[in-house]
Amino acid sequence: MSNESTKNIESVDIMVNMGPQHPSTHGVFRMVLWVDGERVVELEPHIGYLHRGSEKISEGEIYPQVVTLFDRLDYLSNLNNEMAFCLAVEKLMEIEVPKRADYVRMILCELNRISSHMLFYGTMGLDAGAMTPIMYGFRERERIQKFFQSVTGARMMHNYIQIGGLREEPPKSFQGQLKEMLPQLSKAIEECDQLLTLNEVFLLRSKDIGIINGSDALELGLTGPCLRASGIVEDIRFTEPYSLYNEIDFNLPVGVTGDTWDRYAIRIAEMRESIKIIEQALELLPDIGETKAPGVRLIPRPPKGESYARVENPRGDLGVYIVSDGKDKPYRVKIRAPSFANLQALRKMSVGSYVADVVMILGSLDIVLGEVDR
Amino acid sequence: MAEQNENSPEQNLKQTQEELNPSKVSKLRSSEKSLLRLLENENPVPNSVISQSLDEIVLSVPTEEIQEAALKLRQSEGFAFDYLRCLSVVDYEEYFEIVYHIWSRLYRHKLTLKTTADYNDPIIKSVTPIWKSADWFEREGHELFGIDFKGHGNLKPLLLWEGFEGYPGRKSYPFHEYSEW
Repeated sequence: MSNESTKNIESVDIMVNMGPQHPSTHGVFRMVLWVDGERVVELEPHIGYLHRGSEKISEGEIYPQVVTLFDRLDYLSNLNNEMAFCLAVEKLMEIEVPKRADYVRMILCELNRISSHMLFYGTMGLDAGAMTPIMYGFRERERIQKFFQSVTGARMMHNYIQIGGLREEPPKSFQGQLKEMLPQLSKAIEECDQLLTLNEVFLLRSKDIGIINGSDALELGLTGPCLRASGIVEDIRFTEPYSLYNEIDFNLPVGVTGDTWDRYAIRIAEMRESIKIIEQALELLPDIGETKAPGVRLIPRPPKGESYARVENPRGDLGVYIVSDGKDKPYRVKIRAPSFANLQALRKMSVGSYVADVVMILGSLDIVLGEVDR
Repeated sequence: MAEQNENSPEQNLKQTQEELNPSKVSKLRSSEKSLLRLLENENPVPNSVISQSLDEIVLSVPTEEIQEAALKLRQSEGFAFDYLRCLSVVDYEEYFEIVYHIWSRLYRHKLTLKTTADYNDPIIKSVTPIWKSADWFEREGHELFGIDFKGHGNLKPLLLWEGFEGYPGRKSYPFHEYSEW
């Protein structure tokens, strides 16, 4: 080929549409990629395919009904969501939750974290092209989900954590079932860890891919495991302990490079910590006691004012801002969804990497579209 | 059922609330207490009002000064608010309130920064130059409430489809009367 003919060739970026129906987008999420060969030059996320207007609907429902809407936000960690809303209302009404209820809440939230991370583990494997992990992940998730069913009566939409405590007393077999399940779970976590974490192919697909450094991660509003993977020590359970987390001793896994593998490994480590938390909470859980704060009415009417409560959801910092005008329905509910904020960083992580890696990067962010779109 | 309860005797309601709130002690943590002292002494933003709501310190600033206030709070020593947690818009039917929940990683204190926007002509300066994470929150605020964040640069629809008319976040937007089928 002569020099003159190559001079006239201009490279053109090709626009590729990915989603909203795409198996790797974990829901109805669409992104538009501009690619130069296999490299991503520009990426634009499009969300809103699952927008139900949860914030607006909340304004027309009484407080206990809003809890059910929160179940449907992040449908993989329903109990954590319920917890956030209930904490915000309890803060506003200055309700003190009985200790027994608080421990049960904490146990359920941490179990929910494990079940959510187990699904992440499975789908992360799928994104990398491994079929086996999802079988292991789902087996453990199913175990937890069955336990939730025996406690709350529902597999997913629990509506169990309520303003002032719990909807009802946990079953008598609560502790027994948990004590039986915990060793199985910790064994399964080790099993999963050995299966995928240091797998050579998986390492090649995830190491040094989608790197984001700590200051960029903070700037773009990343939270949760994704932020900690970049080496930032930030966890609401530590910085602003809610519930009874200040009575519990546990570690905070933190990553180094902030690549896809770190984001994956942090979640595996977090599951082990969750087991530790549950074990301690189970020790401290009183056998008898109230599970609902006395004096809370069926239809609570918080006084005029506003409150902002945060919880550490499996995906990050879930904030709920409630404005009350003294009526039985909230005046305004704003949900700060962790996946929504995390997704802003996708562009920064993906530009410059291969198209096939974008799938891995998106998988490592672990978004739930129900929460992104609200 | 909800409608019935709205008309229940006010006195009854007050009693239960007093039972629930035996003491109105301030619940500020020590890091917020020192922030409150600092805010009162230094008064970094002119014409601002400091108040307290439950466990949060609220700093209300005039509409025009939001960007400078944000910049000052981020950069000055003693404040260092480097993290925007949430940006919410509240429709009070006469005006809009824009609420920023910010957090400092260095001093471990939080602050609620508030400002208002005119109802008929809601224009406010964007804080995206100061906190990048405000990007999508402002886009959402623009889309659902019609607030014009000056200086944002990319206020494309985010959650709703292109060509959607009206601002569904506003109180004036009907939502319980509509029927789909």
